[in-house]
Amino acid sequence: MRVFVCVKPVPDTAARIKVGGDGKTIDPSGVKFILGPYDARSVAKAIECKGDGELVVVSAGAGKGENDANKRLKDALALGADRGIYIPDDAPENRDPLAVAKALAAAISNEGGHDLILCGRQAMDDQALSVGPMLATLLDVPCVTDAVGLEVADGKAVVQRAAEGRVETIEVTLPAVITGQRDLADEKYPKLKDILKAKKKPVATFEFAWPAPAYEVVSLSPPPEPVAGKIVGEGPDAVPELLKLLQDEAKALAL
Amino acid sequence: MSEFRGVDFFELDDLLSDEERAIRDAVREFVDRELIDNLTIEKHHRAGTFPKHLVPLLGELDCLGVTLPEKYGGGGMNNVTYGLINQELERGDSGLRSFVSVQSSLCMYPIFTFGSEEQKQRYLPGMAKGEIIGCFGLSEPDHGSDPGGMETRAVKDGEGWVINGTKRWITNGSIADIAIVWAQTPDGIRGFIVPTDSPGFSAPLIPGKFSLRASVTSELIMEDVKLGPEALLPETMGLKSPLMCLSSARYGIVWGVIGSMMAVFDEALRYTQQRPQFGKPLAGFQMVQEKLVWMHTEMTKAQLVALRMGRMKDEGKLKHYHVSFGKRNNCWAAREIAKLGRELLGANGVCDEYQVMRHLMNLESVYTYEGTHDIHTLAIGQHLTGHSAFRG
Repeated sequence: MRVFVCVKPVPDTAARIKVGGDGKTIDPSGVKFILGPYDARSVAKAIECKGDGELVVVSAGAGKGENDANKRLKDALALGADRGIYIPDDAPENRDPLAVAKALAAAISNEGGHDLILCGRQAMDDQALSVGPMLATLLDVPCVTDAVGLEVADGKAVVQRAAEGRVETIEVTLPAVITGQRDLADEKYPKLKDILKAKKKPVATFEFAWPAPAYEVVSLSPPPEPVAGKIVGEGPDAVPELLKLLQDEAKALAL
Repeated sequence: MSEFRGVDFFELDDLLSDEERAIRDAVREFVDRELIDNLTIEKHHRAGTFPKHLVPLLGELDCLGVTLPEKYGGGGMNNVTYGLINQELERGDSGLRSFVSVQSSLCMYPIFTFGSEEQKQRYLPGMAKGEIIGCFGLSEPDHGSDPGGMETRAVKDGEGWVINGTKRWITNGSIADIAIVWAQTPDGIRGFIVPTDSPGFSAPLIPGKFSLRASVTSELIMEDVKLGPEALLPETMGLKSPLMCLSSARYGIVWGVIGSMMAVFDEALRYTQQRPQFGKPLAGFQMVQEKLVWMHTEMTKAQLVALRMGRMKDEGKLKHYHVSFGKRNNCWAAREIAKLGRELLGANGVCDEYQVMRHLMNLESVYTYEGTHDIHTLAIGQHLTGHSAFRG
């Protein structure tokens, strides 16, 4: 069984994001990039699924700097992937999801066989939630999104997915694309020796002719400043008013 | 994920390999996750207990015996990597780093360097996993800076040995499975692997420490402890053998205290940037800036020293006087930085809600153990002048 996992470098979830000088992209200087947390859990799950087979990690992105995709491939290799495929992209900041999906589909198709493809449900940075389903369409295979459980046997996958207020169990024939939720697997941490071993694992480069951008980010702005707090009263007498405001105004409570 | 980013004024990260950086970051995350974010260190520091549950996790992460060959369960890593691991562990707490220093440099290293093949096979893989804990018995109640005066004696008893004596200030002593004990013999000072369940062996805790509270410090009392011939580390010969172990551990301390400096500086910088007095943040006052700049300068110099030492050690060029320089300078800087950090946090600095005072108290031990500041001064003085100012 050959399993692919698509991974992306994203800013550390604790990083403070600054808008770059062009007003359209984030300024990556001084920002620590990490393997996307959903991607990392997909890698952890894929190690379980591959059996005696092979786990290949694929990433498109920059080839140097803080957001170097090769470094995140090494992270995935340290977690237990067998080899990597790197798709160079000299302008990853403005790449639309369809272009990324096309690049990943081309790289995966070039390998001559795929049984299972896992993606994180979303990249933690731009949160488009698009690449996985688009990739499935381009490869002409079924897609199950938001998986919280996955078992593979006899050319089929049994997937639990979190739907609103319920968990669906879906059987899907392979090959298929499955996008993983947070609960798909426990977060795995690399052992230090595996970080050294990852250095020796092969990473091939797959050149992709990027299409002209179909869409463009025209501006980027920081999220609105939080609104100042309000003191509604003191002591137990304030509770009814507080509950009312939490329910009606903040929509934080559904009573 | 931690907001902690380390301090790298001269872009020393450029001088590290991708793997060295990745390993440092992995240990940094481990320390955040297992020690700092869940308040483990605060609880243990307050209770005066060692977070022993972390030992197997340190083994699983490959933090024990990192420079030894993989054949014996070691990590096969270079000395810069060992240093970076120490740095990250000590950013959490000097006690955790002390555990790793003792296990790796003071116990696994002598078994690897002075042990028989059988001893290496028997102990090292289990020690690398954290299943066997070691301690190192050199200092005695009356012999600290002058270990050559030790009173512990091992005498021949048929094929084996009988040891009598007392060791003191022994990190890991009460939780250890084996003790590397140094004793006078008719052939001079030799090292022994002493199982701590041997009859006549006891290791009471030293109570009431203000420092390294999250670390086990003990006495080792040996009364007619009988050992088989297999207990002797066959290649040990004279005081030079334990001093080689100490040199290795001191090298780790040179890096470790940088972690402590970073933790203190990070906390002091954030605190002074956030706390307003007289209508502006503390960080906007000249006297506060002077302290922050001083801390930052000494920390940056300490980093340069450590990295150069690491590369020299990997090239086999590091001498004991280089190690004395690093241990002396970096521990001093860390202690001074912790004092200033404590000052910058004002009254809050004395509470364990903040880290500065814990680091400051820990560093009183780190400044003193593994060769005091003054002894390292004299070691360098001897190298420069050719005159020993400490031997009678």
